[in-house]
Amino acid sequence: MRVTCTVNGQRREADGVWPGESLLYMLRERLGLPGSKNACEQGECGSCTVYLDGVAICACLVAAGQAEGRQVGTVEGLANGSGVHPVQEAFLSAGAVQCGFCTPGLVIAVHDLLARNPSPSDADIREALAGNLCRCTGYESILDAVRLAASRVAP
Amino acid sequence: MTANAMTQTAAPETSALDASVPGGVGDDARRPDGTLKVLGEFAFSSDLWAPDMLWGATLRSPHPRALIRGIDLTEALALPGVYAVLTHEDVPGAKLYGLEIQDQPVLAIDQVRYQGEPVAVVAADHPETARRAVARIAVDYEVLTPVVDAEAALGPGTVSVHPSGNLLRHVPIRRGDPAATAEIVVSGEYQVGMQDQAFLGPESGLAVPADDGGVDLYIATQWLHVDQKQVAACLGLPVDKVRLTLAGVGGAFGAREDLSMQVHASLLALRTGRPVKMVYGREESFFGHVHRHPATMRYELGASRDGQLVYLRANIVLDGGAYASSSTAVCANAASLGVGPYRVPNVVMDASVAYTNNPPCGAMRGFGAVQACFGYESMMDRLAAALDLDPVEVRVRNALATGDTMPTGQVVEGPAPVVQLLQLVASAPAAKAATGDPRELPGGVSNTTRGEGVVRGVGYAVSIKNVAFSEGFDDYATARVRLHLIGGSPAVLVHTAAVEVGQGLVTVQAQIARTELGVEQVTVATADTSVGNAGSTSASRQTYMTGGAVRAACIAVRERVLSRVGGSRLVAGTIVDDSGQPLVELVDVLRDGAVEETVQWRHRPTDPLDPITGQGNAHVQYAFAAHRATVDVDTELGLVRVVEIATAQDVGKAVNPRAVLGQIHGGTAQGLGLAVMEEIQLVDGVLRNPSFTDYLIPTILDMPTMHVDLLELGDPHAPYGLRGVGEPPTISSTPAIVAAIRAATGRPLTRVPVRPEHIVAC
Repeated sequence: MRVTCTVNGQRREADGVWPGESLLYMLRERLGLPGSKNACEQGECGSCTVYLDGVAICACLVAAGQAEGRQVGTVEGLANGSGVHPVQEAFLSAGAVQCGFCTPGLVIAVHDLLARNPSPSDADIREALAGNLCRCTGYESILDAVRLAASRVAP
Repeated sequence: MTANAMTQTAAPETSALDASVPGGVGDDARRPDGTLKVLGEFAFSSDLWAPDMLWGATLRSPHPRALIRGIDLTEALALPGVYAVLTHEDVPGAKLYGLEIQDQPVLAIDQVRYQGEPVAVVAADHPETARRAVARIAVDYEVLTPVVDAEAALGPGTVSVHPSGNLLRHVPIRRGDPAATAEIVVSGEYQVGMQDQAFLGPESGLAVPADDGGVDLYIATQWLHVDQKQVAACLGLPVDKVRLTLAGVGGAFGAREDLSMQVHASLLALRTGRPVKMVYGREESFFGHVHRHPATMRYELGASRDGQLVYLRANIVLDGGAYASSSTAVCANAASLGVGPYRVPNVVMDASVAYTNNPPCGAMRGFGAVQACFGYESMMDRLAAALDLDPVEVRVRNALATGDTMPTGQVVEGPAPVVQLLQLVASAPAAKAATGDPRELPGGVSNTTRGEGVVRGVGYAVSIKNVAFSEGFDDYATARVRLHLIGGSPAVLVHTAAVEVGQGLVTVQAQIARTELGVEQVTVATADTSVGNAGSTSASRQTYMTGGAVRAACIAVRERVLSRVGGSRLVAGTIVDDSGQPLVELVDVLRDGAVEETVQWRHRPTDPLDPITGQGNAHVQYAFAAHRATVDVDTELGLVRVVEIATAQDVGKAVNPRAVLGQIHGGTAQGLGLAVMEEIQLVDGVLRNPSFTDYLIPTILDMPTMHVDLLELGDPHAPYGLRGVGEPPTISSTPAIVAAIRAATGRPLTRVPVRPEHIVAC
């Protein structure tokens, strides 16, 4: 089937999509956007977090066809062509990137958190990011990154 | 983040370093790959793509032990979109591979020895087509009763998993009087469950057939050259026709030391003449790599009434699973480090590793030292209780120090600040009292308590780990460094085959080049096999080894530049003479041509362990860490929340302090996972929880704030005095957390991970 949707502000079409394909597969393998990662395929790890009509979701749990006619936002579109987004810069400043496999999903999740809650407490941050697994950092530098981003991102 | 660094002695071997260039050794230099990673543009091995690419998939055995009576490929081959279906008969070269012992089939030959063993591989034009073809392969199995108990496997009457028998290796250590007696004797039996590395980026890679009949493999691994050697052997190709390039690695932690899909994708690419990509899903990943060895350990400690250790007797049995992997080396680590960072005059230690029909076990961060540390640290707490001594005090009274002798007879050289590390964690600020936010209580957002039944406990542990390869292995790394002009300015190109897995080696290589050559613009080339062997990214060795090689190559380049003009030193881009007078600008010297040097660099040789007594200078460097854990336990529900962790570690020299902290935080988190949640559950050799829904790793809710003290006590033999940092944090965090839970509950807790039923059991 053909799926037509808006991805990072651009109208995109994918042909030959199987009914069983996930939005994640379509983004990665058909639309040339491999920034969203597949680490569990069960919605447990958050590595594939993207926006669907402004709501952060796990792209592995959404069928590609469900994106028909909708707005998709991925990590590749976050900076909007202007270098890096302040959330991304905070991850770099805080040393919150090691292997980086969880990073795209976390960047979206933090972006989403700060849009809802510009000044989160540590407990708020932990609750909001509980669905994003990282195996490298022990999360300490990710907390630093969120605090830093919150101090830099205008509400 | 709390981090206090203390530099106690100057780093040795300081050469004519140029500290004027930012981003050198000791700086928090930024990762060169960081920007690509936050933008989602970094190419991991699962992100690769090639024109006309096919997808590979693997048929795996559902049985832990079975004979294969026949394989029917007809239905799979009949599926449109399928390009190849291969079995062991299609392996042109060596049909067996392995890191230490070549005992593992590329594809199963007439029998399977563990659930998940690869039996056949398929290439198709869509991953789902490949999976459906796999499901159409008909294998006629004769199912046999698996060998699933490592101790029983070593006893009489158990069938052999391999013709060589079930004993994979036995490492004895004998020191002093084997019949020593003591006033105070404590004993215990401890068990460690099977832990998974659970890196986030599953096994994956792309094999591209080449015009010369060879293959180009883009792969996430830990050691390109050992993969190359094994893949070439299995393909029946000369090594130079199998070229490996490192693709982005989504974490490793030991799980990428063995081959996974490397040979399979190459076979399919050579058969079909098209690029073949293989990407495991999470479930397949649990079957696609080795795990941490489960262990059963019996310890007996004898001590004087004033708490001095007199003897240690221990028997450690490790479950190696179906194939050897690196089990023999893991066993040597468990034995040689199984006494811990303590002075013990009389030691009888036996560590054994057995073949079973459980999943193969091999390398995971800590490599044999993790299991033993849970044993000896649990025993030290038991000894403290028997003597009515403080757990820190009993450790301090027996702590290893410089000049002491290990049970292997090896004298500890260089700093061994075990006492200092213990004192640092003991004197770290106490964990904060509960704030009353229910999210910070055991059970957290599940809202299972308002504080009733919650008890706080504190526990301590200290650990020892060897750094780099041991037992006489010829351990070296190669670096090629080129100093040239780019756009009219001096620039450095560093090229090694050393694997970046996330830890920050690419950053460190550039830092070393900046410091040694005084040139800010440094590029670290993609690691591949066109340059010499760098050894594995494991054993906490790569900053030491490849860092040492890069440094040596930089020095060789610098010497050549200086010799061109009779200079003495290179200072801020200017070559000066003995008296410091400027001779010529570096940029002018380089106009006469680039300077390039390739250097192989070795650490001091080590010796094998004597097979009877276990004596020998087997390790090149020891690393130490201490942890203090504070936990809140809901004693009614058995739920644990780790409230705070304080740790102290001697890193010799923090080449990149931020990256060092990242290793300590991340390593400690993996130790927390083993303490309270992570275990591969096996029933009769069948894996019951191969998913992140059922195999739990710590989330941001589980991992507490940490207090970190870094010591920088230079090792006189190591580059910049550095000490490997990756593994020690994982080792002592587990026993510290369990000790804290014991302190809160009074339960003996002899097995990790600790489960709720261990806490609430009547």
